[in-house]
Amino acid sequence: MSGGHSTYTPKTGLGRWMDARLPLPRLIYDSFVAYPVPRNLNYAYTFGGILTLMLAVQILTGVVLAMHYAANTEIAFASVEKIMRDVNSGWLLRYMHANGASFFFIAVYVHIFRGLYYGSYKAPRELLWILGCIIYLLMMATAFMGYVLPWGQMSFWGATVITGFFTAIPLVGDWIQQLLLGGFAVDNPTLNRFFSLHYLLPFMIAGVVVLHIWALHVTGQTNPTGIEVKHKTDTVAFTPYATVKDAFAMVVFLLVFAYFIFYIPNYLGHPDNYTEANPLQTPPHIVPEWYFLPFYAILRAITFNIGPIDSKLGGVLAMFGSIAVLFVVPWLDTSKVRSAVYRPWYKVFFWLFVADAIFLGWLGSNPAEGIYVAMAQAATAYYFAFFLIIMPLLGFFETPRRLPNSITEAVLEKKGTAAEVRTVES
Amino acid sequence: MSDIDSTQMPEHTRRDFLYVATGAAGAVGAAAALWPFIDQMRPDASTRALASIQVDVSGVEPGMSLTVKWRGQPVFIRNRTEAEIEAARQVPLSELKDPVARNANLNADAPATDLSRSAGEGRENWLVMIGICTHLGCVPLGQQGDFGGWFCPCHGSHYDTAGRIRKGPAPENMAIPTFEFISDTVIQIG
Amino acid sequence: MKMFFRGLAALGLGLAFAASAAAQEEGETAHYPIRKPVEQEWSFSGPFGTYDKAQLQRGFKIYREVCSSCHSMNMVAFRTLEGLGYTEEQVRAIAAEYEVEDGPDDNGDMFTRPATPSDHFPSPFANPEQAAASNNGAVPPDFSLIAKARGAHRGFPTFIVDIFTQYAEGGVDYIYSLLTGYEDPPEGVEIPEGTYYNPYFLNAPSLAMAPPLSDGLVSYEDGTPETVDQYARDVAAFLMWAAEPHLEARKQTGFTVMIFLVLFGALVYLTKRKVWAEVH
Repeated sequence: MSGGHSTYTPKTGLGRWMDARLPLPRLIYDSFVAYPVPRNLNYAYTFGGILTLMLAVQILTGVVLAMHYAANTEIAFASVEKIMRDVNSGWLLRYMHANGASFFFIAVYVHIFRGLYYGSYKAPRELLWILGCIIYLLMMATAFMGYVLPWGQMSFWGATVITGFFTAIPLVGDWIQQLLLGGFAVDNPTLNRFFSLHYLLPFMIAGVVVLHIWALHVTGQTNPTGIEVKHKTDTVAFTPYATVKDAFAMVVFLLVFAYFIFYIPNYLGHPDNYTEANPLQTPPHIVPEWYFLPFYAILRAITFNIGPIDSKLGGVLAMFGSIAVLFVVPWLDTSKVRSAVYRPWYKVFFWLFVADAIFLGWLGSNPAEGIYVAMAQAATAYYFAFFLIIMPLLGFFETPRRLPNSITEAVLEKKGTAAEVRTVES
Repeated sequence: MSDIDSTQMPEHTRRDFLYVATGAAGAVGAAAALWPFIDQMRPDASTRALASIQVDVSGVEPGMSLTVKWRGQPVFIRNRTEAEIEAARQVPLSELKDPVARNANLNADAPATDLSRSAGEGRENWLVMIGICTHLGCVPLGQQGDFGGWFCPCHGSHYDTAGRIRKGPAPENMAIPTFEFISDTVIQIG
Repeated sequence: MKMFFRGLAALGLGLAFAASAAAQEEGETAHYPIRKPVEQEWSFSGPFGTYDKAQLQRGFKIYREVCSSCHSMNMVAFRTLEGLGYTEEQVRAIAAEYEVEDGPDDNGDMFTRPATPSDHFPSPFANPEQAAASNNGAVPPDFSLIAKARGAHRGFPTFIVDIFTQYAEGGVDYIYSLLTGYEDPPEGVEIPEGTYYNPYFLNAPSLAMAPPLSDGLVSYEDGTPETVDQYARDVAAFLMWAAEPHLEARKQTGFTVMIFLVLFGALVYLTKRKVWAEVH
């Protein structure tokens, strides 16, 4: 896909026959074998592969769980318990799927932060970044609707609260909420449509992932130096170099994943979701799943009216805005240097931002009262300031460190030797 | 790995061994991970628990029938009258369309005598069979048809009082499931 | 790269600590439970945990003789009691002690019959409304999942430590603490009429359930002490089994999987080193 210089030559008669008709082997060879990747990619760059693996795990376990699940409020909860108790290996598949959602998000957050750190969103990779943001949005929608399906207390009240966001929209809010719910409150029609969409969206994610990878293979990967590939010595072939490194990272990731599935499968869940949904009784503390907590904290941080916007609408706007701002990051960053490695100040603000995001997550799990509110407001302010003030201004004020001339030079500098560069077949 | 036997093995052999071992381990892992996805398709524990049922037949007088659902199919349990048993006994095996008993409790080639169709010595009055026409799977109607046994309205198969096919398109006698009397009044099917 | 992760760890932990300290200084509206559950030793905790079948049978006896008069256990089928170490015959006999509704019969009427192993535990009440009416308006919760459906907020930094200690017994610790935690309300504490003070209760200072256990209430045949403490421990263990019957299979499968992944990971790592040796 990169530059269109295919090096694939079919060796067998069948291969030539196929190549003349449907050059799928050529596509795979060019994209996943001969495809050149920068030689200096670190393990933070393996999370794209891990995410692909997690998407596959979620789709596979999801399809088999759907063989046993019943999307009806009368029996949904019991059908999940039947999976856990009676279906052969059902407990394993369900724990894989439930924890898989969390691990999908762990991977996507590392992937996003890696992109922010190394400036992966900068030209010419703006569309690549935006496609990633779309995948992230679709993941959030999928995860939210999936969490409703077991029909526990948190499922029900989470759905109630989140669909309640839309009532903040002036004039048409109630109409939109009823459209989403198929009624006046979360009920059987809601559960049915959420199940349908929860099954559909992962395949849409897979579609956007294909575009994401396509865009990636047009521009090529970034790398920790942020310098574009210049020579052949800057790259190695995707297979075996990137493949085996990705494989090792995947096994380590699966090891942690397995630890959660087999030893603390309910750690990332909430006890209240093991109580069947009861529309007449709200649990004392409603919290979303951990991966939504930072946004939940931002939502609750807006406790004041801003001009004509009341606090409810303000909170919803802030929450959606915190995701929407990601889409315009390529144009907010004015720095000419791509990677944080050579940006001493950006590096500091970046790590503050990471800490801020974790802090917001912790705040989201605590009740919105007293000092928590003030802390959430400060953290929210920094969240937006990072994107809307620091990113644009830093490009003008920051003096970047000296950049190496090429990736190869950077690699050699790091080793502290002037050893002869051995060329690698690719 | 590197310092084990670097003097004995050529470099490329050790490397190839490593690659093959890694690939083999990966293949084993993938196959093992596949198992739960296949395993979950088998009948689950609640279904398997109903693979065998116990039926109380103490209330079934001679001339009465009971239909119970077993593994999703109807099972006819009939306490036959003396006349019905006698009628079935009179039929010579040569007249039967299907001369095999089709009784899961007997050998596959047992002849379709009335005794081997029934619950056995001393319980000749009891007939327990899966109420599915052996033609295309309809449920026959009881005590009807030309032979006083069962009649399948779908395509006109006639069964006698021992559930044997006598006339019509059905190829076999109605099947007798695995069952036993675990007491004088309780039958365990399956 | 190292910078990437080291920075992440340092900043995250530092900030969370600071915030946690700040939050603890707050005097806030009352938070429940008043006292956190007391952590107990359980045979089924940890990576090699297994159920103590004798304990499960004792706990089941308490459920049957005490709890089941108010608390249903709808998701549990009698057949699964074989997991407690009973034979098929014993399970059949236990099931037959219960009456379940079946039907309609040939006349269109519902009838009751002795339960069979494939039936689930019948509810003590016909519906939630009847349960509420018989219990001062509070519906006794179903017990099928109670050991996973309860748990006090763990807080920072305990919830981080829990990952490494594999703490997954919040529900049973809570049940044990609640059952042994009834006491007289402290001076000046008013509790609503018809409720009983219990500082371990998750949602309020008192709950509608009277202390259900007392010493000697249920007789044990195996010489285990017939005390409230022992009863609470046994019934909590039984409820853990009821909520997670495949716990042993899960942990045993997990061990195999972990061993495999470690070995496979080592092989992939060596392969990776070999492959990249030519580049560096």
